Amino acid sequence: MSSVWQFLTRRRSGKAFDWTDAFTWFWLIGGVIMMFGPAVWLVNSSFKTPAALAEFPPSILPYVTAQAVVAGQDKPLDLYEVTDEAGNVRVLAEIRRIGIVSQMVDPAKPEEIIKVPIDKRKPKRSVSFSFDNYVKPFLAFDFFLYLRNSVFVTVMATVITLITNSMAAFALSKYNFTGRSFVMLLIIATLMVPLSVILVPLYSVISAMGLFNSLWGVILPTVATPTGVFMLRQYMLTIPDELLDAARMDKASEWQIYWRIILPLTAPALAVLAIFSVVWRWNDFLWPLIVLSRKEYYTLQVGLNVYAGELNVEWHYILAMTVVTMIPVVIVFIFLQKFITAGIAGTGLK
Amino acid sequence: MANALTTLNEKAGAMIMAPVRLLAMAFDPPLRVWQKWTGQNGMAAFFLAPNLAVFGIFVLFPLFINFAYSMTGGAALFLEDRVYVGADQYQRLFTCASYLDPKGCAEDLFWTAVWNTGLFVVLQVALMTIVALITALVLNRDLRARSFWRAVFFFPVLLSPVVVGLIWRWILQRQGLLNYGMIEMGFEPISWLAERNWAFTAAILVSVWAHVGFYALILLAGLQAIPRDLYEAAEMDGTRPARMFWRITLPLLAPNLLVVLVLTLIRAVQIFDEVYVLTGGGPGTSTLFITQYIYEVGFASLLRNPGLASAASILMGGVLVVLTLIQLGIARRNEMRSGKG
Repeated sequence: MSSVWQFLTRRRSGKAFDWTDAFTWFWLIGGVIMMFGPAVWLVNSSFKTPAALAEFPPSILPYVTAQAVVAGQDKPLDLYEVTDEAGNVRVLAEIRRIGIVSQMVDPAKPEEIIKVPIDKRKPKRSVSFSFDNYVKPFLAFDFFLYLRNSVFVTVMATVITLITNSMAAFALSKYNFTGRSFVMLLIIATLMVPLSVILVPLYSVISAMGLFNSLWGVILPTVATPTGVFMLRQYMLTIPDELLDAARMDKASEWQIYWRIILPLTAPALAVLAIFSVVWRWNDFLWPLIVLSRKEYYTLQVGLNVYAGELNVEWHYILAMTVVTMIPVVIVFIFLQKFITAGIAGTGLK
Repeated sequence: MANALTTLNEKAGAMIMAPVRLLAMAFDPPLRVWQKWTGQNGMAAFFLAPNLAVFGIFVLFPLFINFAYSMTGGAALFLEDRVYVGADQYQRLFTCASYLDPKGCAEDLFWTAVWNTGLFVVLQVALMTIVALITALVLNRDLRARSFWRAVFFFPVLLSPVVVGLIWRWILQRQGLLNYGMIEMGFEPISWLAERNWAFTAAILVSVWAHVGFYALILLAGLQAIPRDLYEAAEMDGTRPARMFWRITLPLLAPNLLVVLVLTLIRAVQIFDEVYVLTGGGPGTSTLFITQYIYEVGFASLLRNPGLASAASILMGGVLVVLTLIQLGIARRNEMRSGKG
């Protein structure tokens, strides 16, 4: 019993392997399977043809059934490997299936119909990645447009967020003016007002400004993030005031101080905010869903949701487009994960 | 090679920055004039203005007129076209034979959503906190490649709710991977998203899957802040590991645990997007939560009633304000404590 809680506390290395180590490995390996598994399965499935997706049980790799054009038949037929009584394997094409009997022909001799019990035939398949799933939505549907809209919203919102938030943070950290604490309080207060609380009135404000069905209607309400102002202010407070005074002695204007001293020194915090802003805006769903009602303005998230909500869900396209939607975030994750984890641990930002 | 890349990077950066720098320089002369007029401290107003304007127009103003909206009726969008109805919308929300049974309420969907959300919050917050705590404790052990393992659990946090919802819809569907695994292991397949209780369970599990890495990270930061010598001293005194956990780890982690608890609470109350994509609120109304109710009543349904949606959103806002005040109170207490320590 004494070792029961051992895994819950720090242990010096070099002790014997006990059940807590086993549990640790169980949790870590289980974690890899649980956390990465679904995403891997998604990517894997996205390369399958509609026919392969409809299969149950699902195959691990994307297979395609070989087909052949047979004289006298209008459509290409699926090929099967058929084992006859003698144990010989022949490749036959299936014309139709009636109950447990399949009518087949030899592609070389299309006149003669052979009846084969279905348990004697096996589809002739080969591994093949279906890139059509990726190409077609971009050509035939509006996914290229959605992608462009998403990129536009993400980039613009992030740039404006960085500028407005850093300016506000500069004012709140480096100036003494009446009402400063009131402004701070106001910003704290907005932390309590998530979007879902002001949906209806915000929608009317956006409509009154003519921003309904406009990407700016998606961008503008999101750029004044209180968390961003907070984080940057916290960081700017550590910049010594003497630096600013010295610049003022040299006749620098306040704008120059902001631009040439504060911004470069705040770069690490700005980078963290930029990363978060990109992920936030790329992933936004509820607000774009409300503001954008016309197809040409959909962002990827809204477009995906609309296609996935249709009666006959075309999973082969949906899966491929989900992967496309995931890519930027995965890139951010792989290259900038360190900044994000540090940002969360330091500020509780999300 | 690395050097060449860095210089290339710097060159590209400089090329992008050059026009930006020019623009900033162009701003300087007019702003100098302005500064002469307002004085040095007066420039604070200039720096605050853009952010406050956005705040004012898109957060504060809507917040205030939300109260006005909740006292009007009809389907008109703009406030001046709407009819004043007093507290009718609130009355409608609270007209109930018994609050425990949504069927007897005038707005049965609202109370269904309230009870669904309540149950969801209790179960999800409990599960989330426990899983996050175990994950943080595991990650806090002497591990090789800890940052890799940390990244593993953090990965889903960055995924969009739509992607999360679709990934799991694909796995949980009748002919999905999970049912295949269940059949292989000799169980009966389950219609995860078509049976009320299973869909609700799936909503909880999927939301925990998507966010647990975030909370584990906060708890891990808390664990790493506990001084090691406390454990060493306890070990020298022959303290049992179980006792160490209850007497050292848990009390010192308590502030972080509270933060995690309140943050999960605040987010669970507003749960919407991933569940909406996963189940659409169904089957029936079994995974209909408050935010979806507000969305549907305010925007999506044929019988749109913005006033009712406003009233419901104000009630939810009230709950969130209380929770956030608690959170800020805790954060402040933690700060004061760490300031003293």
